[in-house]
Amino acid sequence: MPPPNQWDRIARTPEFSALLAAKRRFIVPSTIFFLVYYISLPVLVGFAPDMMKRRVWGPLNIAYLFALSQFFMTWILAAWYLRMASRFDGMAARILQNAEKP
Amino acid sequence: MSPAVLMFVGFIALTLLITAWAARRSSGASAYFAAGRQIKGWQNGIAVAGDYMSAASFLGIAGMIAYQGYDGFMYSVGFLVAYLTVLLIVAEPLRNTGKYTMADVLAYRLDPRPVRAMASLSTLLVSTFYMIAQMVGAGTLVSLLLKDSGVGYSAAVTIVGILMVAYVVFGGMLATTWVQIVKAVLLMSGTLLLSILVLAHFHFSLAEFFDAVAHVKVGNRVVDFLEPGLRYKPPYGAIDLISLGLALVLGTAGLPHVLVRFYTVPDAKTARISVVWAMGIIGVFYLMTTFLGFGAATILGRDFIEAHGKINMSAPLLAQRLGGDIFFAFISAIAFATILAVVAGLTISASTSFAHDFYSNVIHHGKYRTPGQEVRVARITAFVVGAVSIAIAIVLGPTFNVAFLVGLAFAVAASANLPAIVFALFWRRFNTSGAVCGLAAGLISSMVLIAISPSIMGVDGPTVAAAARHLIQAKPLFPLENPGILSIPLGFLGAWLGTLARGKRTTEDRFTELLVRSTTGLGAEQAGSH
Repeated sequence: MPPPNQWDRIARTPEFSALLAAKRRFIVPSTIFFLVYYISLPVLVGFAPDMMKRRVWGPLNIAYLFALSQFFMTWILAAWYLRMASRFDGMAARILQNAEKP
Repeated sequence: MSPAVLMFVGFIALTLLITAWAARRSSGASAYFAAGRQIKGWQNGIAVAGDYMSAASFLGIAGMIAYQGYDGFMYSVGFLVAYLTVLLIVAEPLRNTGKYTMADVLAYRLDPRPVRAMASLSTLLVSTFYMIAQMVGAGTLVSLLLKDSGVGYSAAVTIVGILMVAYVVFGGMLATTWVQIVKAVLLMSGTLLLSILVLAHFHFSLAEFFDAVAHVKVGNRVVDFLEPGLRYKPPYGAIDLISLGLALVLGTAGLPHVLVRFYTVPDAKTARISVVWAMGIIGVFYLMTTFLGFGAATILGRDFIEAHGKINMSAPLLAQRLGGDIFFAFISAIAFATILAVVAGLTISASTSFAHDFYSNVIHHGKYRTPGQEVRVARITAFVVGAVSIAIAIVLGPTFNVAFLVGLAFAVAASANLPAIVFALFWRRFNTSGAVCGLAAGLISSMVLIAISPSIMGVDGPTVAAAARHLIQAKPLFPLENPGILSIPLGFLGAWLGTLARGKRTTEDRFTELLVRSTTGLGAEQAGSH
């Protein structure tokens, strides 16, 4: 365990600020994106049912295809995060390495 | 013995073997509560999926799609998207900063006693609501599935209760995890087989399948089951749907039995990998509910299901029609395994929270006592939780409408737990008063709004059977079945106002520490050795 003032020292390093900023740059917009994308489904189904019931591909209507697209949106965003996170891991590892130096 | 009974007994024997194996391996608190933090990423991913895919999803959603088509499928979507909240916001910081429970993260920089007391109360309530829903479902289902063997509702509830207590008391988190894994593998194979049989029925042509779904005979009308609006109707349907969506997408990241799973892995990176594994499995599962639900709608039809065991039997009945009695027995055994695994997960999260949060830290101020005491308290709690759930489920009886209890669990998780977790992790000014007010506002508003909703209040005509009657015979005061749209903002508002009400800034120093820990993993609980 590092000594108590170690936390502040790490928090003040530019590497830590960079990691924090990089994480926020990814997580905040993607969270807003998926929440909006997801909530548009019940909003559109609830308030624009006629548009959503329009058939676009055989018997499949917009409502069903949009619901189906949510699965792929979720998987793609998760895979993208997994890629970004390995970059965050590298940044965190360097911060910890530096922190161990006297 | 019928094939169904044989398979039930086989599953029970296997899980008891796992429990015996786990009991010999695990000793010490970290082993008992967190499986020594040595579960691998993919294993925990399967276990998270196993914990999450309850009988409500397997039987309930299949039935809902079979009866109400597209509107039932909306649940499937929400259950998966919810894991983005878990992945992006909650899982890794939780693993980096906590020990056994959600409250660890809150107590980190806040006054531990009031915060843990509230968080523990919320955990116990969410677990109990969810548990009672599962137990009543289990009793109904098992007595239906085993109706030839003479096992009645009360006996079925008691068997399920005793088994879940046995897993948790003797095998701890390690046994619970492996029970989840076995169940998830069984559930996925059964669902996959059933989906293939449905497709085979339509000559492996998706065009033929969806064409049938768009022309389902209900009575003497032809209904397009791909069209929304069969369940949620004006004037409040749209708002109710949005409210439900919010509770699903924000509530999952506050479900205690899902959160405790992230403490069983060695580090945050493994926690992340396990969420992604879970998302793969859960996504495929909910995609397949399309075939189960729409398959039951087109191949069996509502009238047939209604005459042969009602909505929750849609999937087993479909299995019987397409695969014969042996396959029916297999699917029934899977449904049983599903319930058992979920209630075991709920029991361990409830007893961990009581022992670790309430007993050790609220009553005994977190001081170290004799080793093993925390585990002993957790075992006793598991026993009490089991006994109480059995009793409540038997008193409520098989006809009690439990659907709203699952909704209530998600609403409390989204309105009480999530605001507290998010603010504790990301808001420097957040303080004890904010956490207590937020948890209280979320808890009380969800419970009150459900109590005055159409789930509880309604005026029934004299012809309505006693069991189906509303608990309160009056016009509902709140028009929505799902309180999330109001209770979630109230939870966040409570946490915010509670924080502003107290200007204490002492917690801000430890925020830096928490931020460094949650971001880098420095000082996180290490995996122990067996």
